[in-house]
Amino acid sequence: MINDIILLPLVVHLFFSIVLMFFWNKVNFQKTFSVCANVIALGVAVYVFMFVYNNGTQTVQSGNWDAPFGITFVGDMLAATLVLLTAISGLAVSIFSTVSVINARLRFGYFSVFHFLLLGLNGAFLTGDIFNLYVWFEIIIISSFVLISIGGEKNQLEGAVKYFALNFFASMIFLTALGVLYGLVGTLNMADISMKIAEVENRTLVEICAVLFLVGFGIKSAIFPLYFWLPASYHTPPSAVSAIFAGLLTKVGVYALIRVFTLIFLDDVFLDNLLIALAIMTIFSGGIGALIQTNIKKVFMYFIICHIGFMIGGLGLFTEVAIAGVIFYLVHDIIIKTNLFLMSGLIYRIKSNFNMKKIGGLYANYPKLSLLMAIPLFSLIGIPPLSGYWPKISLILASFDAQQYWFFGALIFGSLITLVVIAKLWSEVFWKDQPKIEFPKKFLFFDQMKLKDKFLFVFPITFLTFVTLYIGFGAEHIQQLSQRIASELMNNQLYIDAVFKN
Amino acid sequence: MEILLAIMTGILYASGIYMIMRRSLVKLILGIVLLGNGVNLLIFVLGRITKGEPPIIDDSQKVLEGIYADPIPQALILTAIVISFGLQSFAIILVKRAYKVLKTDDLDQLNTTDEDS
Repeated sequence: MINDIILLPLVVHLFFSIVLMFFWNKVNFQKTFSVCANVIALGVAVYVFMFVYNNGTQTVQSGNWDAPFGITFVGDMLAATLVLLTAISGLAVSIFSTVSVINARLRFGYFSVFHFLLLGLNGAFLTGDIFNLYVWFEIIIISSFVLISIGGEKNQLEGAVKYFALNFFASMIFLTALGVLYGLVGTLNMADISMKIAEVENRTLVEICAVLFLVGFGIKSAIFPLYFWLPASYHTPPSAVSAIFAGLLTKVGVYALIRVFTLIFLDDVFLDNLLIALAIMTIFSGGIGALIQTNIKKVFMYFIICHIGFMIGGLGLFTEVAIAGVIFYLVHDIIIKTNLFLMSGLIYRIKSNFNMKKIGGLYANYPKLSLLMAIPLFSLIGIPPLSGYWPKISLILASFDAQQYWFFGALIFGSLITLVVIAKLWSEVFWKDQPKIEFPKKFLFFDQMKLKDKFLFVFPITFLTFVTLYIGFGAEHIQQLSQRIASELMNNQLYIDAVFKN
Repeated sequence: MEILLAIMTGILYASGIYMIMRRSLVKLILGIVLLGNGVNLLIFVLGRITKGEPPIIDDSQKVLEGIYADPIPQALILTAIVISFGLQSFAIILVKRAYKVLKTDDLDQLNTTDEDS
């Protein structure tokens, strides 16, 4: 069947991760193979994206069991876009890993687990079955546990314990919610649930179930009172690992929230207000957190939290304009957050430190690199015409239309605080003179590297910067795409028809 | 039967969450195990407990007739058990490793990552 192609991104990563396991000790081979594999995966993702773009939503019923009995894979526009973004980030991080992650770590199956992580992400985006979504989430968290603890440094293990405990807890809450939902509707297919949930008489239990989902996914996507595991753990692994976590792991939580709250739990004023209130608090706490930190990796981590608030709030507004803004922001955010952590890795390699107080003079020493790094930083703030600017227009417009002035204020506050923090970061890291500190002796500095390694360090950042520039200057295309996704999400009948077409 | 299982689920959840919130890392693992079992039991209860036939269709019939047991919750529980088993074994190794490196079992001592560096 021709529409089996939406399974290709899964098959590709599964195949590559298994092959990589056979070359456990051959680090150089693993590096080359993983980069090639990610190039192929990017090609597949582009193909799938174009196919879905031209032919509409694709579905695969696994084992040819018709929905709702079998597990359905649904490649709608949102899923295809996220698969494409996963492939782009995956490629960049894979190239960056080849030089920035030390060989001792790579020898413990780093790349194999990395491909399993990408497999899990693609699976979570493409599945149309809620229990299957749980299984993909487990694949993601198991891979991420391995990646966060590989190497076994003191800090890492400490972060890993916290990361493990809270993510496991989130999965258990998700499973609880799933059990309650199955008890209510007696089906697991998301399209089928969407049709049957309206007939459930016990609305209170439906609401409780929705809140359980919100808590489960909320822990994963780091929204306001549930984000504390993130600043405690994300800075401990190598920068390449932080980059893929920052770019995609919290966003998969946001994706799950979007899916669940546009398909299953609809038209609930309490939930919408709850989402908006949480979003406002998330933006405030993330923004203030970023303001007081001096470790650049921690600053970027608080930005993740802050900007998750933009997306959650847009979802809470639940108008087509707002959802389009959320999707645009998601596209912008995945690329930019991955890039920020790659940049922090590069800065660490140049200055051997993450602390803003102890580094400086980057602009004097590396003017071209600084210019390159300025683009993602400015995009993050949302200086027109760069990529962060466009989705904010949609979000601000939508919040004004919905008369949610608190959220409107929070959006402005979030953007402003991002500007202040980036200005501080720029003046500390780039403009200030290098303070006198002792550099460690046994450390391979960026200057001392071979030209090839230098290139492999800078290329992924340049690549992602160009993608960001495209999102900014080609905003028309992304906006059209976001609007199309938003209209698909708002008319969930399209999704249901696609699943049950046979 | 349902009442009994519901109370049992409640106890498992409560004790699991209580154990997770203790400061000791070993108790964290115990809490994870208890909570996992509680969730599995919850799915089992919510999948409706019936004294019925196995859900197998005879050759002569097209659809199931009479009272039959729903196989899906059991399939879900089986998957969840396998996954939580894997996670628990990972947790035990992680905690053992963390104890060796950090030389402490007390979560309150695990705060070096929060300092500025």
